[in-house]
Amino acid sequence: MANMSTHTQGLPPGDASRRDFLLYATTAVGVAGTAMALWPFINSMNPSADTLAMSTTEVDLSSVAEGQAITVTWRGKPVFIRHRTAAEIEEAKAVNIGDLRDPEADDKRVKKPQWLIVVGVCTHLGCIPLGQKAGDPRGEFGGWFCPCHGSQYDTSGRIRKGPAPLNLPVPAYTFLTDTTVRIG
Amino acid sequence: MMRKFLLSTMAAAFVAAATPALAAEKAELEHHNWSFQGVFGQYDKAQLRRGFQVFREICSNCHSMKLVAYRNLSALGFTEDEIKAIAAEKQVTDGPNDQGDMFQRPAKPSDHIVPPFPNDQAARVANNGALPPDLSLMTKAREGGPDYVYAILTGFVDAPAGFKVNDGMYYNQAFPGHQIAMPPPISDEAVTYADGTKATKEQIATDAAAFLNWAAEPELDTRHSLGLKVLGFLLVLTAMLYALKRKIWANVH
Amino acid sequence: MSGSQFNNKVIQWFDDRLPIFSMLQHSAVEYPTPRNLNYWWNFGSLAGLMLVIMILSGIFLAMAYTPNEALAFNSVERIMRDVNYGWLLRYMHMNGASFFFVCVYIHIFRGLYYGSYKAPREVLWWLGLVIYLTMMGTAFMGYCLPWGQLSFWGTTVITNLFSAIPVVGDAITTWLWGGFSVANPTLNRFFALHYLLPFVIFALVFLHVVALHTTKSNNPLGIDVKGPQDTIPFHPYYTIKDLFGIGVLLMVYLGVVFFLPNFFVEPTNYIPANPMVTPPHIVPEWYFLPFYAILRSVPDKLGGVIAMFGAIVIFFFLPWIDRSKVRSAKFRPIYKQLFWIFALVCVVLGYIGSQPPEGSMVPLGRVFSVAYFAFFPLLWLISKVEKPKPLPQSIAAPVLKGASVGHAAQPMEKA
Repeated sequence: MANMSTHTQGLPPGDASRRDFLLYATTAVGVAGTAMALWPFINSMNPSADTLAMSTTEVDLSSVAEGQAITVTWRGKPVFIRHRTAAEIEEAKAVNIGDLRDPEADDKRVKKPQWLIVVGVCTHLGCIPLGQKAGDPRGEFGGWFCPCHGSQYDTSGRIRKGPAPLNLPVPAYTFLTDTTVRIG
Repeated sequence: MMRKFLLSTMAAAFVAAATPALAAEKAELEHHNWSFQGVFGQYDKAQLRRGFQVFREICSNCHSMKLVAYRNLSALGFTEDEIKAIAAEKQVTDGPNDQGDMFQRPAKPSDHIVPPFPNDQAARVANNGALPPDLSLMTKAREGGPDYVYAILTGFVDAPAGFKVNDGMYYNQAFPGHQIAMPPPISDEAVTYADGTKATKEQIATDAAAFLNWAAEPELDTRHSLGLKVLGFLLVLTAMLYALKRKIWANVH
Repeated sequence: MSGSQFNNKVIQWFDDRLPIFSMLQHSAVEYPTPRNLNYWWNFGSLAGLMLVIMILSGIFLAMAYTPNEALAFNSVERIMRDVNYGWLLRYMHMNGASFFFVCVYIHIFRGLYYGSYKAPREVLWWLGLVIYLTMMGTAFMGYCLPWGQLSFWGTTVITNLFSAIPVVGDAITTWLWGGFSVANPTLNRFFALHYLLPFVIFALVFLHVVALHTTKSNNPLGIDVKGPQDTIPFHPYYTIKDLFGIGVLLMVYLGVVFFLPNFFVEPTNYIPANPMVTPPHIVPEWYFLPFYAILRSVPDKLGGVIAMFGAIVIFFFLPWIDRSKVRSAKFRPIYKQLFWIFALVCVVLGYIGSQPPEGSMVPLGRVFSVAYFAFFPLLWLISKVEKPKPLPQSIAAPVLKGASVGHAAQPMEKA
């Protein structure tokens, strides 16, 4: 005898619809509450306060001579900082932007022409390109060469050849003094 | 009748069991009205800044606070630049650098508060063999919390006649066993408050205790305000569920 | 269990191949439930909810926790301070253990009062006890993980219990520790097991529910269901009643989480573990206290351990110790008194367990330990001599008439 329809029939008219309304309202509130309760769990997997606190890196560039490059760690990834020579700057500027796979002018990618700062992670599948050390292959365009699948970057960190789709990304950075830069 | 008696006895026994360590052996702690107690309680930021000043000028000469980072001080209302300046007063060892050497550099906001001694042994040597405990969790790790901290800071009185205080120890009425290795750390005017508050011994002890409570429970403000919202929501939801339950069960009873 | 018919063709197609929807329909919707269950029957589902909350919060905590003796304490503090909502997850988990035990203890005592352990529900009762034992193991190992002073010394004391076993005791303890004292290997394996056991509990709960749905629920009158007039479908009647109960439980539980998060905690556990210094007063978590009191009451090491484990194991034999055919204490005037005395003894033992073993606590502990064990022979005795009150004709009869239970006189319920 006991199921919902018989009970509903037993109630005065109007009561049933009031109960339906209450049912829908309670369900809505309950579902909303459950959804909100999930947020702390999900958000706990986002970067924590100590991780975020480490998200800027200050670098002293005074010891990096022209033509040299250093690699610093920023948010767990390598950042390439290259002190470019005049020839390298010239080469980067001379490229016809229309020919590029990911068209970007060199002066849009640097704040001071002699300092090129890019995230050193190949935009193809995340390997770290070669070209930082003196004996490294730098590819046909004098920038970087990714050993995984042969992507080649130029002296502005732009993709010129190989499977990678995009230029090496430029992180947010500011020069605090002439020779100190804060990345992030 | 019997059941009522048993129930009330059980209730009494439960309350007794649930109140840990009834103050039989220790003197009753004087209870303060902390701004952060109760469901609406929140920290008083001005008080926390005063407490931090006490910690910085007095406590931190011997005590570490390793779990708190300089960046956490933003919760006390310090600006980014102020925090940078506070952190930079201390040196930390970093490295190795490109030459393979460890080097000293000024602390950064992301560093944790630099301890006064490099390790526990050094701390003991400098403090007559006693190890000043880390203060990060002091109010959570002691029965009575901030009241206990206040009682210790203000508990230095003359030992009663006949009480033998060992060499290098001090009499403290709030400390278990009454002999403490810490010399009386504060007195009237031991600090000059930046905000102009009169620095009585009691004021200093209160502010320091409040600051230590923040160091142990920095989440308290969020916890209390979120808790009120959650309980309010649950009250509404439960009332609706109860109404629905009444309606659904209306013709079963 | 035959398949159900569903209007939705996709559901029907799936159900013909894997009858999940039929199972749900049978066990969570149609399941015929006695119409007279009172609110004490809510605590089974509440315990289930707590298990889910513990597993969920535990999984997310494990993502930020490090089971290493040098890092464990600070990793917990990092969760409290730096991980987004880490303090909430941690306080939910920490207090969740207490509320899980609250629900389970009420659930067990409800079963005791209404005779839910009796035929045909013996296996259901056993499964419940195995769940309880597994919970104790899980809680004990979880308490070790924050690597505070009580974590360390609690683990040391309890694992040392095994050294009481003759001949192989020391070997077993060393094996448990993975060394010659509680140290990193112990912490590491406790974490692994603490992560595993809740899923074992989950499987046991599944079996518990299968056994329940085989024998069907007991009820406050303790008499068998006579026909459809005695039951109502689980949904919507008990789903809504359970949901209401969940709302109330969450208010109390989250009230503690948000406003008294350290109510159940000894302050000493906020001091990092130090193997060279034992804290002056070691107490286990409140849910172990009665057994801890029994352990301390026996002056012999091995005897104490046996008494402590015996205090739980004896419950497995309860269906045969109690020989009365009547289930509910409502109709058993002497058993009712005995039940409340036993409940009181447990609470007092808990209080004694929380106190330092000195002064009057030692003789009191012995008296109440004896009283604890006396419950069982006394139960056996009274179940032979007690004259039960007349049982009602059926569940529906007193409910429908709204009359007092004694009216429909019937000497005894058949087995």
